[in-house]
Amino acid sequence: MLEIKKLHKSYPIGDSSLHVLKGIDLSVESGEMVAIMGSSGSGKSTLLNIIGMLDEADSGDYILDGLPIKDLTEKKAAIYRNKFLGFIFQSFNLINYKNALENVALPLYYQGMKRQERQEQAMFHLEKVGLAAWATHLPKELSGGQNQRVAIARALAANPKLLLADEPTGALDTKTSHEIMAFIQQLNDEGKTILMVTHEEDIANMCKRIVRLRDGVIIEDEKVSQVRAEQYV
Amino acid sequence: MFDLDLWREIFQSINKNRTRSLLSGFTVAFAILLFTILFGIANGLNNTFKEAFGTDATNSIVIFSGRTSKAYKGLQAGRRIQFKNEDHDFILEEFGDKVQYITSKVNRQVTASFNNKKNNYQVRAVHPEHMFIENNKVKDGRYINQNDVNNRAKVVVIGKVVEDDLFFKTNPIGKYINLSGIQYKIVGVFTDDEGYNEENVIYMPISTAQQIYGNNDYVDILHLTYNPELNNDQALAFGNQIIKKLKDRFDVAQNDQRAIRVWNMAEASKNVEQFNFALSAIILVIGFGTLIAGIVGISNIMIFIVKERTKEIGIRKALGASPKSIVSIILIESVIITAIAGYVGLLIGVGVLELATKTLETYFIKEPGVSTVLVFGATITLIIAGTIAGYFPAKRASQIKPIVALRND
Repeated sequence: MLEIKKLHKSYPIGDSSLHVLKGIDLSVESGEMVAIMGSSGSGKSTLLNIIGMLDEADSGDYILDGLPIKDLTEKKAAIYRNKFLGFIFQSFNLINYKNALENVALPLYYQGMKRQERQEQAMFHLEKVGLAAWATHLPKELSGGQNQRVAIARALAANPKLLLADEPTGALDTKTSHEIMAFIQQLNDEGKTILMVTHEEDIANMCKRIVRLRDGVIIEDEKVSQVRAEQYV
Repeated sequence: MFDLDLWREIFQSINKNRTRSLLSGFTVAFAILLFTILFGIANGLNNTFKEAFGTDATNSIVIFSGRTSKAYKGLQAGRRIQFKNEDHDFILEEFGDKVQYITSKVNRQVTASFNNKKNNYQVRAVHPEHMFIENNKVKDGRYINQNDVNNRAKVVVIGKVVEDDLFFKTNPIGKYINLSGIQYKIVGVFTDDEGYNEENVIYMPISTAQQIYGNNDYVDILHLTYNPELNNDQALAFGNQIIKKLKDRFDVAQNDQRAIRVWNMAEASKNVEQFNFALSAIILVIGFGTLIAGIVGISNIMIFIVKERTKEIGIRKALGASPKSIVSIILIESVIITAIAGYVGLLIGVGVLELATKTLETYFIKEPGVSTVLVFGATITLIIAGTIAGYFPAKRASQIKPIVALRND
């Protein structure tokens, strides 16, 4: 599903540059649920952003589903993101003047789907996250957990191969965090490949594999026995 | 290609971000409103001015004669100077290429009657060229022609006021009018843009008047228009030259101010030109000023809008929006707002001018108004300026990495 070799990334800071990723090798199979952990500055978010084609690596290979991701034009990157990837952000990143249904339908709009069809699809996914009744509500009228569920529905709408989550529970309380995690686990059970950045140990333990980063290198990569989130809900 | 979904996106964005839309619309509407009102007022001033100067040829030179005030060459002061036909010819011979039209004039007051109606009018005996000098327009029939002058024909052309006074519902053409006891055939009726005072007049051939009112070839006034290709200074010099030559011709001292006088329109028109120039300059400054203010306003707002939407742009890009779709959504939105707001500003501006017309007339501003072309031009300029001003930030925004845009909280 995902193959990364000798990935390097540095950011310019004034005259010098900050070497964030110093040769990452990572391989993720289809159906895995991986947590990327590390303290802040370890490069975990940078790695996720490069995987999400939101950022570009300086050197190294990145192959997604057999497709080399390199020197993409903006247009190509947009198409790939739309086709292959679903994003879940810490701060939800919903468009504030669009209601839940319209937010979920947005990736489908960029796929060029017809309005009628895209609303049906969006409704289907909203139902899946249990928010069908809230379809016409604006993000500000929803709670944090509900907003994150809308964001998950949006990430799922385009039926992506890979779901990327950047601290998906970072802005939520423990109870809501567990609800969201339970939901993400359920998606994984259904076969979605999930890559998640977190710095919370208990959230990481709800994944099936933990990759630990420190100073831009992988220091540990282990399979763990998954803690189910339902038991806390 | 008409993309309904794109338009739906845009209208949703306009509608849901009402404050932003209204603010940017307000800037544009206000700029166009000011533009319309200021231009309208300036145009109104111009109209007043034009009306004040009438429609006579603006290149007139009128030559009068009087009595000498100084003894010269053995001739006494107080001698009467009388122009004759030969002086008319003299001017043409001396200054032929500088003269556009020339007419001699003899003026008399007459009592005119037709059937039972009677009134007093001024008769002006003239050459056919007078029509162009005074800018008379023939309403019915014809003007005095050269044949009339050659044959000393007893024909007249009457002003519209005379027609209205004496010929109620009768067609005057071909009828005979009695001017102080002599019958003249009416060959034409004329109008003049200057109105009553100029239409309250009867014209006849110069030669006819000379025969009837003295059987001589005397001329009261010489009225000519100078070649329009002469500039103001040349025209003033031309006027002085005529005087000089005529003074020599009549043995009048050059410093005698009363024997032969000239009224040169070039003097007035020099002032008119200066005033017009100043007015045009003011209009231009006002126009450019408001436009630039509008352009700066819309540019600022576009930059602000793009900044405000950076995060949204990041989200859209993460979800698969192409740079092109980002740029077009921002630009089309701004064009729509600018166009609608510009139109609203125009309507309000025209409305204000319309309402204020009466009040403004007190301040010498007549029929203020703006040409639609001008205001549409201004609106389109603003739209283009807004597009250009919005394009660069939008382009830049569409190119920032989504991750940078998303971090922008």
